[in-house]
Amino acid sequence: MSGFKNPTRDPLALRVALTLLAVGFVGLLLVLPLVIVFKEAFADGVGKAWEAIIEPDSLSAVKVSLLAAAIAVPLNTLFGISAAWAVAKHDFRGKTFLVTLIDLPFSVSPVVSGLVYVLIFGMQGWFGPTLADHDIHVLFALPGIVLATMFVTFPFVARELIPLMVDQGRDEEEAATSLGASGFSTFWRVTLPNIKWGLLYAVLLCNARALGEFGAVSVVSGHIRGQTNTMPLHVELLYNNYDYVGAFAVAALLALLALLTLIFKTILEWRYADELAAMLRR
Amino acid sequence: MSLIIDSVSKRFARFPALNGVSLTAPQGAFLALVGPSGSGKTTLLRILGGLEEADSGQVRFADMNWLSMPARERKAGFVFQQYALFKHMTVAQNIAFGLEVRPRATRPSRSEIRDRVAELLKLVQLDDLGKRYPSQLSGGQRQRVALARALAIEPRMLLLDEPFGALDAKVRKELRIWLRHIHDQAGVTSIFVTHDQEEAFAMADLVAVMNLGKIEQYGAPADVRRDPRTKFVSDFLSA
Ligand SMILES: Nc1ncnc2c1ncn2[C@@H]1O[C@H](COP(=O)(O)OP(=O)(O)OP(=O)(O)O)[C@@H](O)[C@H]1O
Ligand SMILES: [Mg+2]
Repeated sequence: MSGFKNPTRDPLALRVALTLLAVGFVGLLLVLPLVIVFKEAFADGVGKAWEAIIEPDSLSAVKVSLLAAAIAVPLNTLFGISAAWAVAKHDFRGKTFLVTLIDLPFSVSPVVSGLVYVLIFGMQGWFGPTLADHDIHVLFALPGIVLATMFVTFPFVARELIPLMVDQGRDEEEAATSLGASGFSTFWRVTLPNIKWGLLYAVLLCNARALGEFGAVSVVSGHIRGQTNTMPLHVELLYNNYDYVGAFAVAALLALLALLTLIFKTILEWRYADELAAMLRR
Repeated sequence: MSLIIDSVSKRFARFPALNGVSLTAPQGAFLALVGPSGSGKTTLLRILGGLEEADSGQVRFADMNWLSMPARERKAGFVFQQYALFKHMTVAQNIAFGLEVRPRATRPSRSEIRDRVAELLKLVQLDDLGKRYPSQLSGGQRQRVALARALAIEPRMLLLDEPFGALDAKVRKELRIWLRHIHDQAGVTSIFVTHDQEEAFAMADLVAVMNLGKIEQYGAPADVRRDPRTKFVSDFLSA
């Protein structure tokens, strides 16, 4: 062996160190908590965990969470697509302002946004008394929860799609128009297929966040057991009542929903690998 | 049945991209637009295609008030410099697009569309590539798909923005003859933008030399070459 250093040795050591660091962080910050959630949930056996989940208040929390997401996510998807389409494919006054506004929920603390809804719809708020006169309940009811969830998850779809659509430009849309396609036809046959992967990803993220939102929902929900508690709120409530198995069982269910989302995404990517590759290559 | 462009102007912000452009060409002519970068060639083409709105001026084509027609009704086949093929569609689907999006009443049947696509694939010499995606084609092949797609709608006018821009000199020379042949067969009026003045003079019936949003000189290639009217044109031709 010569006295010269192997030119690949240093980078190799560095590579190993960096990989270990990354794996270590992922393990410590992501995997470990997940494992603990499931371990605690099953601390008294699977039966006890199951009982904690099919208990009426827990089931109600699951229902409220799923319902809120089922309303908030499609509406935000619709909004996100329209906003991204307007920003990326058209020129108009106030475009920059719109983009800034879309980002607002990311920069405002969720608790603050929850409080804003209390100000607007609460009994001392702007619309509260009028709504109460007509027996419409926003605060401490499902509408409030949906509104808060929508506010918090507002930017997800638009934020994901805007750069994607700006990057794709208007060429294909212009080609479609010159070939005689209507605005709707162009959108349906050209714009949408080009963004469908980004859109799927955004919707999944939006859904995950909608199910997991705590702060904003906490302010408007009122924490009525069996009525306006969402899953994250219910976890907190159980935990504060020293019902650790119950708390972790519901938490595990929440984590499971997130994992399912990821698995679903992976299956789709695997199923359509060819198409994805063809799209990315250009 | 001719093309009459009458003092068309267009500004972007405060910058004049077209400064009163006028020309006339007979039906079925093959017209080349040449000129330095930024002289307004693409802008003129986009206005004719309905992708950009003129600030003032008029265009009459085949006795229609061309500029007041919506882009999608003009039947102006546009071939873009960057191809602008639909990435997620096969070559055959790309070519069929203009027929598929027609309203039900005028849309050809499935089998008619299939036949028409096969015919066009043959015309552009891509018979066996209908099932490929644009990403699986060479530049020259993509360009021919773009042309077939534009021809599928039976265009009244063919607008070609530097269609051979990305291709090497040898392929360009081949495609030149071939494109001119297709133009003659289809009987359309074509406007062809190019940086390559040799190409323009070899292919076109009429050449317009543009500079700073204006037409410096317009006429048959031989006349323009023999008798350049301005210093700009003679400099441009000898460049
Ligand atoms: N969307 C736009 N916004 C602002 N300015 C524009 C826009 N499109 C074109 N311009 C300007 O208008 C002028 C004419 O542009 P055009 O694209 O028509 O030139 P061109 O002759 O096609 O040039 P090239 O040969 O480089 O393609 C240029 O100075 C350009 O900067
Ligand atoms: Mg140009």
